[in-house]
Amino acid sequence: MTSLGERKRDRIDMLAAQAGAVPTGEVGLSLTRSAFRRLRRDPVAIIGAVIVVVFLVVAAFAPLLAPKDPIAQYLLSEIRPGSIPGAREGFPLGVDNLGRDLLSRLIHGSRQSLLIGVVSTVLGVAAGMTLGILAGAFGGWVDTVVMRFVDILLSIPSLLMAITVSVLLGQNQWALMIAIAVTQVPIFARLLRGSMLAQRGSDYAVAARALGVRPARIVFGHVLPNSVSPVIVQATLSLATAIIEAAALSFLGLGDPDIARPEWGAMLASAQAYLSIRPWLAVWPAVCIIVVALGFTLLGERLREALDPKFRR
Amino acid sequence: MPTSAPVLEVEDLAVTFSRKGETPTRAVDGVSFSVAPGETIGLVGESGCGKSVTSLAVMGLLPPRGVRVSGSVRLDGQELIGASDRMLRRLRGADMAMVFQDPLSSLNPTLAIGTQVTEVLLEHRDLDRKQASAEAVDLLDRVGIPDPGRRLKEYPHQLSGGMRQRALIAMALACSPRLLIADEPTTALDVTIQAQILELLRELVVGSGTALVMITHDLGVVAGLCDRVHVMYAGKIIESAERHELFARPRHPYTGGLLHSVPRLDAGRGARLTPIRGSARDTIPWSQGCAFAPRCDNAEDDCLGDTVPLEVDPAYGTDRELRCRHPLQPARVGAGTSGAGVARAATGGSGATASGPGR
Amino acid sequence: MLRFIIRRLLQLIPILLGLSVLLFAWLRALPGGPAQAALGERATAEDIARYNELFGLDQPLYVQYLRFLGRAVQLDFGTSNRTGRAVTTEFLERFPGTIELTLFAMVFAIGVGIPLGYLAARRYGGFLDSSSVIGSLLGVSIPVFFLAYLMRLVFAVELGWLPGSGRQEVRIDATRITNFYVLDGLMTREWDAAWSAFVHLILPGIALGTIPLAIIVRITRASVLDVVNEDYVRTANAKGLATATVRRRHIIRNALLPVSTTIGLQTGLLLSGAVLTETVFAFGGVGSALRDAITNRDFPVLQGFILMLAVVYVVVNLLVDISYGLLDPRVRVR
Repeated sequence: MTSLGERKRDRIDMLAAQAGAVPTGEVGLSLTRSAFRRLRRDPVAIIGAVIVVVFLVVAAFAPLLAPKDPIAQYLLSEIRPGSIPGAREGFPLGVDNLGRDLLSRLIHGSRQSLLIGVVSTVLGVAAGMTLGILAGAFGGWVDTVVMRFVDILLSIPSLLMAITVSVLLGQNQWALMIAIAVTQVPIFARLLRGSMLAQRGSDYAVAARALGVRPARIVFGHVLPNSVSPVIVQATLSLATAIIEAAALSFLGLGDPDIARPEWGAMLASAQAYLSIRPWLAVWPAVCIIVVALGFTLLGERLREALDPKFRR
Repeated sequence: MPTSAPVLEVEDLAVTFSRKGETPTRAVDGVSFSVAPGETIGLVGESGCGKSVTSLAVMGLLPPRGVRVSGSVRLDGQELIGASDRMLRRLRGADMAMVFQDPLSSLNPTLAIGTQVTEVLLEHRDLDRKQASAEAVDLLDRVGIPDPGRRLKEYPHQLSGGMRQRALIAMALACSPRLLIADEPTTALDVTIQAQILELLRELVVGSGTALVMITHDLGVVAGLCDRVHVMYAGKIIESAERHELFARPRHPYTGGLLHSVPRLDAGRGARLTPIRGSARDTIPWSQGCAFAPRCDNAEDDCLGDTVPLEVDPAYGTDRELRCRHPLQPARVGAGTSGAGVARAATGGSGATASGPGR
Repeated sequence: MLRFIIRRLLQLIPILLGLSVLLFAWLRALPGGPAQAALGERATAEDIARYNELFGLDQPLYVQYLRFLGRAVQLDFGTSNRTGRAVTTEFLERFPGTIELTLFAMVFAIGVGIPLGYLAARRYGGFLDSSSVIGSLLGVSIPVFFLAYLMRLVFAVELGWLPGSGRQEVRIDATRITNFYVLDGLMTREWDAAWSAFVHLILPGIALGTIPLAIIVRITRASVLDVVNEDYVRTANAKGLATATVRRRHIIRNALLPVSTTIGLQTGLLLSGAVLTETVFAFGGVGSALRDAITNRDFPVLQGFILMLAVVYVVVNLLVDISYGLLDPRVRVR
């Protein structure tokens, strides 16, 4: 859902300030390196990473892992109003209301859910970074115009924003991804701009300017690389948001209607109608969403703490 | 030296920090000193030598978890180590008070100065709000804050660094404490402001009979203010002496090193500063000898092996103590007047003020 | 302080203008344009032409925008395709319900979240701390509508402890004054009506408040952990203030500053979540109406509701900013 997006929004400025605390390119690198060293010893981060990796592997090898065809219908004779067959030989989690194997659908669903998460986050990061770099690098009226635009995007609560975009673009998986990406754009734009401004005022950027280094080189050679770590942290957290938000949009009937692509959010949304008959139909996709979101959140949070000088010791 | 009963007696104070999964570190080890009414002592040393931890231990302000404090701290004869939190809170702010290093971060940014001054008065003295705020105006006036009535309504960020430190001093002195601990009170301030704040402390504290403990790494501060100086290194006192004595004839090589690394006004042109070798990290545990030995020019074989005790300095009667087997000989300190030169430079040449409080 | 407020009010203007441009453009960009949107999918080409002429849609865009803006300022967003009633009327009728619900959720989130976050921080590393950290991580990872359905299933359907749909017991024939059902019941002294309306808020309110709760716990905890290590807390202790005074005046007061800034952002979260929660609990607020508008492709309702909700969101954030200025003197001078 929108939750993480909102939560992150207030953290953007903090992350930006944090990026400003990294003094030089070299130190920035060793900071990242020591951050990863700390992460490797952090059990919570490892749990997050393991969750993420397991689901990525499942998504990659879904056709090999799934015992059945996710869209073929089975046991139709046993499905009647008020009764959906549960777990049995060959169907470890039972079938859904249309007789499709739940386990196979969950396995195949990981592909679509992770894809939506990754693509929408990448789109959001790309657009947001572009805006942020424009604003941060040029300053002046460019900055004013870009940031006003970002403020306008931020003035619509994020799910409402996603609804607006989704209604406009129609119902397909690209519309879904773009709708989610749009809600991420202002987050990354602000983050990038903030950390670039912090970097621009830093001693080393001033020193580089005093030495006559060209502005473009300062931005792309010094300022930008140092702004990367908060973006990575934020993107990790955004992956969780995107997956949850996709579920919310599916629930509102704005999901991907293509039945050939099972997706957790859509599965969860359609299972609500059968909650009192077979709650497991909803619980399993919900568990998948929660666990993946948790994995990305744990990883992102710990990454942030590892990169934050305030938490170090 | 004052002869009345000491305000503060610290005996064999030890503070050990232990964190889960780490070997405990002893930050303060067997520290003893006392302060008489009206007396000012200095605790001097590099950062990390344990001087601030000592002061927090006296005040009972160390965090309750992961810290072990042993030994004895007596305020007017009353034991503070192991005393209840309630009792300590009754004493803090009233009978003993503290001024901290960074006046900006030490003030609550969201409360007006007035609130922060009056809250001490309301806590410890039987005053109503109106009386307390009248008293607060008076206090700010005494610490030299102009237009105190208006300042009471202002917030810390609206005051200059010097004014903030004055406000903190006003809070510390609000209940006329018997003991005031000042932990690097001037370090965060401009040099010109530093002198003003020191002068203020001298006027307000020393004049009123309050015992003052100055914690500093700055020998200039010591020279201007303290009657007696305890030099600390790696958690232990390594030399204590009356101030003039210490400056004129430092005995411990570390003290000598500190004096030599201070620029002197009376030094000839071209005279070099001699820094102490290495850093405070180059140390060995006291149990295996003298912690300063790795950095010491005088070190010999017998400096290692066992703890070097703090003993009455045989060369100077009962008033000096020293923890060193190969102390500096007066001749080696140079002209002999050189140390005193620092003292004079720092006090602005007014040797007379130094003996003031004792009389 | 007054100048601070005026400056913040002036900053609102470009945002509101931008919002109106955005949603104006949105309706234009829809396939078929506003005529199709207003007349529905079965409208003929003639209908559309007549509509365009009638509403000036053959005029240049800027004229159209200025007209749109003129009507928007008078809160005129056209009529609903489905009910034929004015969008604004529908909104005003339903918004009190959403306000009641979000207020309940917020009070729940703040009332539970701040004490829990504080206790977690003071018992750092303990059981309460770890469980609140884990709980708040879970809280932000659960899809709201799933949580709502689950709570409804357990507490309303299975256990029957609390009502699971609607805003009030149907059999109660309550007098409506403000459309705030609880308030109406209190004003008319129809106690059972007020009680019934209140009881109907509990399940959806808690479901809606869970994410804000999780966030508030986390922020409070982190903030208290920061503040207890501040020098001024040490100063307060050095002054010998009573533990309760140190806690109230020096720790909590400062620790709440970052919490209070997020409360404005939480409003956006609540308005978003209301669309989902109200749908699950068939709660007659603007959220469930929005969901119906999505299903029916009722574009005037979507446009008007989203614009009005965005304005509400922006104004709430403004109020939060101003109150933050009251809490933290440093903000005022900047």
